[in-house]
Amino acid sequence: MGQLSMKQKKHAVVNRKLCVACGSCQKVCPMEAILVYKGLYAKTDEARCIGCGRCVKECPASVITLEARHEN
Amino acid sequence: MKTEKHWYDYLWIAELIYFGLGFFNILFAWAGLCMFFIPLILALAGWDKAYCNRYCGRGQLFALLGGRLKLSRYRDVPGWLRSRFFRYGFLLFFMAMFCNMLHVTWLVFSGAENLRQVVTILWVFKLPWQWAYSGAVTPWVAQFAFGFYSIMITSTVLGIISLLLWKSRSWCVYCPMGTMTQLICKAKHE
Ligand code: SF4
Ligand code: SF4
Ligand code: SF4
Repeated sequence: MGQLSMKQKKHAVVNRKLCVACGSCQKVCPMEAILVYKGLYAKTDEARCIGCGRCVKECPASVITLEARHEN
Repeated sequence: MKTEKHWYDYLWIAELIYFGLGFFNILFAWAGLCMFFIPLILALAGWDKAYCNRYCGRGQLFALLGGRLKLSRYRDVPGWLRSRFFRYGFLLFFMAMFCNMLHVTWLVFSGAENLRQVVTILWVFKLPWQWAYSGAVTPWVAQFAFGFYSIMITSTVLGIISLLLWKSRSWCVYCPMGTMTQLICKAKHE
């Protein structure tokens, strides 16, 4: 695979303490990369996330941010 | 890519039908008890927040109004709204109002008060609604229906104000059912 695009260098990160587990994020994610875990908070799958930001826009509590991936 | 739709993605239609039926016959308001008990039963039975995450017609309706119909400004909610203090406080307030509604129903049942054919919005504004009740049932059954329908309309009005001010599903941040089901999950899994 070629290089990740600028957007793909980012991925979604959830502030678990403030997440209300509503599931708005998982409804809009095109990659099934974010799921509500045991009704507690949303968890992301960094490998699947393409950093599109849809969940960030939709999250009613505004607890998701796009953050830079850690380079290995 | 996830694209396929499921039957439960259309439950927002049931929500609209519910409000429509209650407009013409208040006794249909009783059906709203499902929206009260199903989330709790699912959470207690191990389905966690499946109701919010899949089946809640109200959440879907707000998402449609705010997103598809572009009624939402997509602004961040203020910090206090998502604080535990406000969310739990609103849950307590909502439960207190619910108990008050049950108390009024009891007063009508016991004959201490007469049936009030009004729908109360935001706990203050009383709208006459007498066309929706024909006197077909015992008064306390109708009183409960008026009270419960008032709660459902009130939460919808708050949800619409929230989506106009902030994001489509901002109501979900402080929705008492959402808070309660999350608390059940916390009690079970943390
Ligand atoms: S949309 Fe936001 S508040 Fe709702 S589950 Fe996802 S991260 Fe949590
Ligand atoms: S940024 Fe896009 S791909 Fe990543 S979790 Fe959010 S919606 Fe899914
Ligand atoms: S938080 Fe309330 S309105 Fe939102 S999805 Fe859950 S039950 Fe429905």
